[in-house]
Amino acid sequence: MKKLLLVLAVVALYVLHQDFWNWRTAYPLVFGFMPIGLFYHGAFSVAAALLMWLLVKFAWPAHLEEEVAAHQKQEDAAS
Amino acid sequence: MIPAIVVFIYLAIVLYIGIFAFRQAKGKEKAEGFFLANRSLGPFVFLFSLFGTNMTAFAILGSSGHAFTNGIVTFGLMASSSALVIPLTIFLIGTRVWALGKEHGFMTPVQMFRDRWECGHIGTFISVLQAALLVPYIIIGIMGGGTVLSTVSGGMVPFWFGGAIVALVVMGYVFFGGMRGTAWVNTFQTILFLVFGAIALIVIGVGMGGYKSAAQQMLSIPALAPLMTRERISPLYFFSYTFIPLSAIAFPHILIFTLTAEKMAHFKKTVILYPICIMAIWLPCVFLGVMANRVTDVPQIRAKQEARRVLATQGKAMAPEQRDELREQAAGDDVILRLLERYAPLWLAGLLGAGIMAAVMASDSQILALSTMFTEDVFAFYGGKARFGEAVQVQTGRIFIVIITVIAYAVALRAPETIFELAIQYAFSGFAALSPLLIAALFWKGSTKWGALAVTVWVAIAVVTVGAFQAVVPAPAPGPATVIWSLGGTEVLSRTPGGTAVFGFMPVVPMVLVSALLMFVVSLITTKPKQSTLAKYFRG
Repeated sequence: MKKLLLVLAVVALYVLHQDFWNWRTAYPLVFGFMPIGLFYHGAFSVAAALLMWLLVKFAWPAHLEEEVAAHQKQEDAAS
Repeated sequence: MIPAIVVFIYLAIVLYIGIFAFRQAKGKEKAEGFFLANRSLGPFVFLFSLFGTNMTAFAILGSSGHAFTNGIVTFGLMASSSALVIPLTIFLIGTRVWALGKEHGFMTPVQMFRDRWECGHIGTFISVLQAALLVPYIIIGIMGGGTVLSTVSGGMVPFWFGGAIVALVVMGYVFFGGMRGTAWVNTFQTILFLVFGAIALIVIGVGMGGYKSAAQQMLSIPALAPLMTRERISPLYFFSYTFIPLSAIAFPHILIFTLTAEKMAHFKKTVILYPICIMAIWLPCVFLGVMANRVTDVPQIRAKQEARRVLATQGKAMAPEQRDELREQAAGDDVILRLLERYAPLWLAGLLGAGIMAAVMASDSQILALSTMFTEDVFAFYGGKARFGEAVQVQTGRIFIVIITVIAYAVALRAPETIFELAIQYAFSGFAALSPLLIAALFWKGSTKWGALAVTVWVAIAVVTVGAFQAVVPAPAPGPATVIWSLGGTEVLSRTPGGTAVFGFMPVVPMVLVSALLMFVVSLITTKPKQSTLAKYFRG
């Protein structure tokens, strides 16, 4: 269930990249100078970082680390 | 000349770091020591060097130049899509490749492909294609270096000489320092650029009289206001760009870099902070590129705007060669440098120029990757290592570094395309279309070497075809695309002012989709690798 939610979050963020609603307008100017289309994609990058944090926290492939550690133990024992 | 002197001092520091790394390195006569820094990079160096190796002249000069011409859309096209896709691929693919490299001693992607699909010469073919696609990236670095040095010296250092200096410095620290030198230099460069990028944003903003008034002025001029929106770019084109960042993990230098981490835990910070680093570098570059359009007292920028105006109003009646000439004049690859020249004090312009030089010189890891691929995928695979030993293998890698740098420099002197176009049209699309190889190798038991071969042949044909098509059919004037082939009223193939469109998409979309389809279909009907081989890659 956790993995499914994370997959859905990735897909949702990918879809949100196509922000057609900001396409033809520069307004509002965020901070008085930044067109909304540019600000949106800056915020999108921050959202991507948050999503990566969730992935690292809840879907980290720890089994790979364990496999490497086991392999190194075997090699050390053999040598 | 002061800025140029500061940049030269910077180049000397960078060269010293490479040589210092050479002195410090243990096991430098061993291939794994020279090419992979003994798989021992810590989390800090791993993050900044992996990020730095992806931030090239394309990211800095190309992005601001693209934003100067196309507006704020540049950030959404290239930066925010990368902020999602690149760390995701590092998370999914990079960690797995690291683990396999640690267990089985792989040093290049092709070594893994050969083992995974039980193949030999097919691997060589993949390696040759990767190398062919990587060379343009190196050329970009040298072109960027020439542009920066020429501009910060006010033209006193000619382009050819600037390019030669950059090529020599990069070659020097890669030659001596190998992966450790490259990683340390990249870390130093990334920090430098992050700091100076922020300073540039403030200094130029103050010089322009504040961004608020600059933005308002741009919006009040009908010819410039569209640059503050995305109305000149089609949504299909925008969507197409989300496929381009798939290229990052397929670039051999990035994948080889993932093998250098000491522990898999080092990927955690890299994956999380990568989007923030992208934003920190690209947002100022894109914003400054757009704002450069408001500057009226810099003759070089005015000349670019005039060339753009003539191209838009009279381009249709011109010969293709005249349009190409105007396009080159209108290209904005040096706008950030022009802004620095105009608004920053001399000493600061030098420091900022050094910061830009830092990003421009990221071609180091591509050169090292090519050397690694040659010595591992060709020299060692065809018996050179067994016959002559590992020390000769490393020396061969060093000689290869010299040869490839000289060739790239010679091509850079003749390349007529803008930095951005050269990168995007050949290397990025090609590598994005090779990404199904990695996904299939790591996640699909049913994939076969014949599927891999079909993908590689397809990518080679597609890249050559797109290049030939654009060489034969001249780019139209700004405005509607030239439709070459339509079917029942649907535009199938068009030549756009900036490239090629297939059903309205950039070529990278059909290239990636056909690659994935070929891998699937050809693998279904061909023989799978042995169970013992599959057991190494798919446990449990």
